[in-house]
Amino acid sequence: MTIDTTPNLEPARPAETGGSVFTSKSGLRAFFEAWPPLVLIALLWIGLIAVVVIAAMWIAPYDFMALDLRARLIPPVFMGGTWAHPLGTDELGRDVLSRLIVSIRISMIIAFLSTVIAAIVGVTLGFVAAYFRGRIEQVILMLIDAQAAMPFMIIALAVLAFLGSSLMLFTILMGFYGWERIARISRGLAISANERGYATAVRDLGATPFRIYSRHILPNIASTLIVSLTLNFPEVILLESGLSFLGLGVQPPMTSLGNMVGYGRDYIQSAPWIMLAPSAAIVVTTLSISILGDWMRDKFDPTLD
Amino acid sequence: MVQYLLMKIFRALITVTLIVSAAFVVLRLSGDPAIIILGPEAPPEAFAAFRKNWGLDQPIWVQYFKYFGAVFHGDLGNSMRDGRSALVVVGERIPLTLAITLPALFIKLCIGLPAGVTAALYRNTWVDRLIMMVSVAGFTVPSFVLGLVLAMIFAVWLGWLPSGGSDTWAHAVLPTVTMGLVGAAVIARFTRSAMLEVLGQPYIRTASAKGLLWRDVVRNHALPNAAIPTLTIVGFLVGSLVAGAVVVESVFSWPGVGRLLVNAVANRDLAVVQVILLLVGLTMVGANLAVDILYGIVDPRLRIKRLQAGS
Amino acid sequence: MSGLLQVNDLKRHYEVHVPEGLFGRKASLKAVDGVSFSIEKGRTLGLVGESGCGKSTTAKLVLGLIPATSGTVEFAGTRVTARHDAHWRALRRRMQMIYQDPLGALDRRLPVITQIGEPFEIHNPEMSAAERTERSALLMDSVGLRPDMAMRYPHELSGGQRQRVVIARALALEPDLLVCDEPVSALDVSIQAQVLNLLDDLRERTGFAALFISHDLKVVRQMSDRVAVMYLGRIVEAGLPEDVFRRPQHPYTKALVSAIPTPARRGKRERIVLEGDPPSPVDVPSGCSFHTRCPIAQASCRNEVPKLVESGGHAVACHLVNAGAAPAVQAAE
Repeated sequence: MTIDTTPNLEPARPAETGGSVFTSKSGLRAFFEAWPPLVLIALLWIGLIAVVVIAAMWIAPYDFMALDLRARLIPPVFMGGTWAHPLGTDELGRDVLSRLIVSIRISMIIAFLSTVIAAIVGVTLGFVAAYFRGRIEQVILMLIDAQAAMPFMIIALAVLAFLGSSLMLFTILMGFYGWERIARISRGLAISANERGYATAVRDLGATPFRIYSRHILPNIASTLIVSLTLNFPEVILLESGLSFLGLGVQPPMTSLGNMVGYGRDYIQSAPWIMLAPSAAIVVTTLSISILGDWMRDKFDPTLD
Repeated sequence: MVQYLLMKIFRALITVTLIVSAAFVVLRLSGDPAIIILGPEAPPEAFAAFRKNWGLDQPIWVQYFKYFGAVFHGDLGNSMRDGRSALVVVGERIPLTLAITLPALFIKLCIGLPAGVTAALYRNTWVDRLIMMVSVAGFTVPSFVLGLVLAMIFAVWLGWLPSGGSDTWAHAVLPTVTMGLVGAAVIARFTRSAMLEVLGQPYIRTASAKGLLWRDVVRNHALPNAAIPTLTIVGFLVGSLVAGAVVVESVFSWPGVGRLLVNAVANRDLAVVQVILLLVGLTMVGANLAVDILYGIVDPRLRIKRLQAGS
Repeated sequence: MSGLLQVNDLKRHYEVHVPEGLFGRKASLKAVDGVSFSIEKGRTLGLVGESGCGKSTTAKLVLGLIPATSGTVEFAGTRVTARHDAHWRALRRRMQMIYQDPLGALDRRLPVITQIGEPFEIHNPEMSAAERTERSALLMDSVGLRPDMAMRYPHELSGGQRQRVVIARALALEPDLLVCDEPVSALDVSIQAQVLNLLDDLRERTGFAALFISHDLKVVRQMSDRVAVMYLGRIVEAGLPEDVFRRPQHPYTKALVSAIPTPARRGKRERIVLEGDPPSPVDVPSGCSFHTRCPIAQASCRNEVPKLVESGGHAVACHLVNAGAAPAVQAAE
């Protein structure tokens, strides 16, 4: 293995511009350095998704449950179909585009609510552990370890087996994904905040613990937390779509991205678009949010990984 | 060292206890365990015997202990579908799952580790960017999508490989490759991070400044140090073999433990679910414990602690 | 005795685990081991000693930041405990602390004027935002910060300016007691003088009492009405700065004082170099804790802990110095 590249240890050479330390950049170049094009595209896509989520009911051309048995398995427009169904129809004549729109909405809402739940549970438990230390902290740490020890997919399946698949239960279940990472982070950051002194200093001024945590510690760790949550979001999407694909997540007649892929699975030969449209949506959305999250992390907290 | 080991084993036992307890709690929450475990069609005498055995008429903590006893005796009920012992039903599927997950693990390590290391060494060059792009694709694409797409390409269009079932070794290729690729992406990313962190340490700079050839610095200093955190992620992957297989086995109709779990959940065959839950929990705990033990041996810092305590 | 602050036989021990032999052993880290002093209203007591002698721990005990193992702290007649309840929080109006690291003591996300005004938010919630801003601006002025710095963030200020912010915040509620824990040690020497002068001015104007802690003898000498020298958790000598530094009686103080660098002076002062390593507070030597390094140690020094004995305002804890003297009152006047 010829690994002969020397490491990047030399400092960057100053630009050769006649002695001046400053190089001028064209406005466009500066813009693209601050906002890499990939990140811009990701933001655009996320914006589009956000619009879809909010306006789903108005955008969808058809009712997502409407059957039209005369228009079954029509391919999308770019594969020989008609503009009446731009993304084609499925085996029951339902418009794929409309179903896609509604599925995106449901999947995103579930992912969002779950992330919020994970944030609240994680931050609260992390702060409680950091504040009380001692036994309480040990218990919380054990819970964190126990959750981290089991692959969440298995836990989720077990819970679904025992308690059924109602939508609310499912969303709450998804909310328990990732709380342990948030709890670990917030506990660690709260402890180091206490050690660093500004939290102690405010306590010495006479502040109540509530004030210390809400007014000082939380804002200081917010950026790190938000980055973690941003990375949590796409993972929930993947988890939820996986479970829905297996038929154990979002139940019909509700539809979600994973559901659609599950239905389209029997038709990958005859009508691959049924499966490909939601798959593409999952991949591009997850990718966009991950790109955004990585970029945010590099900007705000390069020490996190 | 002994102290370290004992503490780790102790913690592992606590986690196992927690898992079994959690299973107990959820079981009790979801209704009458007798019906759940034996199935609604079991004869009344079986119910009575079960109730007595599990102490269902006694206070809750007695039930708790009896449950532990039942678990350790392997008395975990019968599958509702065919009435056989759940333990047996799960047990016979394990080899099938291993048949695809172990080769997949091999692929993950063989592709992921070198990819991550290379990306770190050629940081910020096109090599790094390329590897990272591919690996990002690897974990934003869900395994079922990848599986279906691969099936579409190789089974439907090209017809090279079968798309479902488990009759020949050819059937195993697609599931194995799907899992392998997804896992390789995760490992590559993680290895890259670990390697970058090691490369950024002052001792690497010192070693290089001492005049060592870069490749020796990497081989003798960087890699061994990066191996330690990588061990953790490998441990996690080993422990979650079954979890990874769940979706892929369903996509390819591969009759392993994963697929069994999905069916059991759909049919609410809770005895089987319970067995699989405990199985996965034990595997994870075991894998973590093995990693911890390896740490104790491999990580010189822990070894030194041993020596200090013993002097 | 009617000092504003009354400290009696204060002890703070930590149970630690020492890695020794196969299993290690339990030991007691005696951070503070029987300290008594009092501070009158408006007076400053300086506390000096090496790192690890227990000065900072004493400061924290006085304020009730950590609980004492035994002994009492009384402030204005009430017991100071370390239970951080509403009573403790209310007591913060009257006793405050300045820290060694001003950057660490400030929230990097808030502008300094908000932080100066925070004591008002906490203790005077009925105060309007406008009044709070006004009072904070006045405080900034009194510590010599320009008004245009109000909206700056801590990391945008210099070390000296940050410490002024911390001082302003500490004095916002006009406390009766200010504990200064190495307030200038992290600052450049030229800035040190400015901040010390500032503290001096403020003390004259506001009249607070102070416990001033430093390892730097010159600084303590400048700021204090009385001085106490600590060694391994105990006070070994106390008195007026002039007495303690010009005519040190305890062997440790003598060594400390002799180490102060001075320009060439008439009559070379001999530099006393202590032998042996400084013992750790985990293994405090028996009897007089200094006896392992003391040039004039006798047999009795190993067996008995010397008491702090005062004569004419100057107190020393040394058997040899105090032979024959009677125990007396300890008060900072």
